[in-house]
Amino acid sequence: MRHRSALVVSIAVIGALSLSACGSRDEKKAGDTAGGASTTVTIGVDAPLTGDLSALGLGIKNSVDLAIKQANEKNEVPGVKFQIKALDDTAKPAPGQQNATQLVADNSVIGVVGPLNSSVAQSMQQIFNDANLVEISPANTGVALTQGEKWATGTKARPFKSYFRTATTDAVQGPFAAQYLFKDAKKTKVFLIDDQKTYGAGLAATFKGEYTKLGGTIVGEEHVNPDDRDFSAIATKVKASGAEAVYYGGEYPAAGPLSLQLKDAGANIPLMGGDGIQSGDFIKLNPKSQGDLATAVGLPVEALPTAAKFIADYKAAGYKDAYETYGGYSYDSAWAIIQGVKAVVAANGGKLPEKPREKVVEAVQKISFDGVTGKVSFDEFGDTTNKQLTVYAVKDGKWAVEKSGTFAG
Amino acid sequence: MHDLPQQLANGLILGALYGLVAIGYTMVYGIVQLINFAHGEIFMVGGFGALTAYLALPGGTTLWLAIPLMLIAGILVSTLVAVGAERFAYRPLRSAPRLAPLITAIGLSIVLQQLVFSFYPDAKKARVFPKIPGDPFELASVTIQRSDIFLIIAAPICMLILGWFVARTRSGRAMQATSQDPDTAKLMGIDTDRVIVMAFAIGAAFAAVAAVAYGLRTGQVDFRMGFILGLKAFTAAVLGGIGNIYGAMLGGLALGLAEGLATAYVQHIPGMHLFGGGAWKDVWAFVLLIVVLLVRPQGLLGERVADRA
Repeated sequence: MRHRSALVVSIAVIGALSLSACGSRDEKKAGDTAGGASTTVTIGVDAPLTGDLSALGLGIKNSVDLAIKQANEKNEVPGVKFQIKALDDTAKPAPGQQNATQLVADNSVIGVVGPLNSSVAQSMQQIFNDANLVEISPANTGVALTQGEKWATGTKARPFKSYFRTATTDAVQGPFAAQYLFKDAKKTKVFLIDDQKTYGAGLAATFKGEYTKLGGTIVGEEHVNPDDRDFSAIATKVKASGAEAVYYGGEYPAAGPLSLQLKDAGANIPLMGGDGIQSGDFIKLNPKSQGDLATAVGLPVEALPTAAKFIADYKAAGYKDAYETYGGYSYDSAWAIIQGVKAVVAANGGKLPEKPREKVVEAVQKISFDGVTGKVSFDEFGDTTNKQLTVYAVKDGKWAVEKSGTFAG
Repeated sequence: MHDLPQQLANGLILGALYGLVAIGYTMVYGIVQLINFAHGEIFMVGGFGALTAYLALPGGTTLWLAIPLMLIAGILVSTLVAVGAERFAYRPLRSAPRLAPLITAIGLSIVLQQLVFSFYPDAKKARVFPKIPGDPFELASVTIQRSDIFLIIAAPICMLILGWFVARTRSGRAMQATSQDPDTAKLMGIDTDRVIVMAFAIGAAFAAVAAVAYGLRTGQVDFRMGFILGLKAFTAAVLGGIGNIYGAMLGGLALGLAEGLATAYVQHIPGMHLFGGGAWKDVWAFVLLIVVLLVRPQGLLGERVADRA
């Protein structure tokens, strides 16, 4: 017995040593080739690759992968090869923070695409900023991430200069939904529900502000826990409140059963949410989703002529999972980093400089190109300059475009 | 307050679900004084067993045929896992200090979660569970979902069978004897190992019934569903008086009612508008537990047990 445990321990120690040895060898290799003809740099990805939100996360990862493959094929940046390093944050802040530390420590990482969740981004921004590593989120919509905690009172201040996003913010998404529900759908009484996370609560708050300003009535408010799946008590309350629609700030794993149980309870009113529910899984989890609504940032990728090639390429690459809501934005985010690297290399006489990270941040700030989601460029806060939004409705088991537009005031 | 009957019905149905799972905690505790924290995961694997059966059936099978088969598959998987856990994780530790099997139970719950998470296809996100189609039933002002009918029928049947089994059969009486005093029971010729396995198996079977009910109700199963529900059921078992079978059901019903009513009405009590609503329902459920334990430390139906010599 004693012998066997000694054996196990020594195997474990040998294993650990050889693993760490591999690690140090890799680092040396990255350093060696830095001055050579072909440098390999890494674009990190942080997204939920497992768990409830993995459908969205895998779409992000695959889209970045596609961008990198195409950049390498085209030799977009001469002398620089790109590779991907995708880490799983399980949609939670703590693993996200560890991933950020890990990406920062890897000297070959030159930029990061992600994360999906605003609450995760909050835990990562400082780490990336301290390391001058550019981070572009394809999906974060929490306003404070770029405009500071006091944005609602009109004092906007950018907290982190290395953070950018290709998604528009909740400051636009919530009010856009409010305008649609009040003006287009003519719903004057709404029940407001949120899941108390950074994304959900923020969305509900911006919705409420615009909706009440327009003259609509909030007939009831509820907060749920993100892990709840039983909403019978809330469904009864909504039904009794006489609401004409429910606005839900949150994501599809809870929104699916919530909408289903609402309709089961006899409240035949649409549930509307943000891009967090605009996923195929929402419809899969909810057989009564017909008529439910969601806003999503940008124009539908399928409707953009610029995106036809992206969709075809994505299909051709044979990824197992769909590109989902954020595929186009992830592709553009990765491409923004690639363009940033290209500018840095060009400015440095065709070679990647010794410490490129800070220069890449500066280059990304100035970027402007036509991506698959429209024009990709960033304003003084790191927000996308593209303020287009789309309202989707579930029709015959699919998200169909209801209305597209540019948000105005 | 005009939706009170509906909220009571919601609470009772949810409570019956808690009660079914709580029975597994209570029986195992009553006999081996072990809080089987892996019971929530036994519930979860039952749900996945039922889902597997559903997926294996040819498309278009009527639910009248599918549900019994799903039940059988769920019960089979849950029972096998529970009996296996008893044999390989708990029995070797039966004479160990009480903390050891408790830690094993927590470990086992993580292992089961991760096994389903890693090896069940697509279990990383919620899997769609069939629903009973059709419109809900209307009883006066109360709406009852078709999917809940399953639970409304299954819970009392399960309780009646269990009550009959414990009171009227030889094995049931052996169980009562073992729970009162395992050593003496053994001296009287009762195979206590068999009784313990039986307690695990019955608890697991009830958990599987609950898992099918949960799946039908929410339209989905996922690998984490056992965690919160297991915790709630454990609370229900303690609330009802842990070790008491009827107490588990009563505790479950009380907990479900507390959650439903807290979600609906606490907000409207003057001065309490900040502490009501769905987000606070768990808080009020635990407040109820604390209050009951302060007034009746043995739980609603529990008996004050003198420490064993």
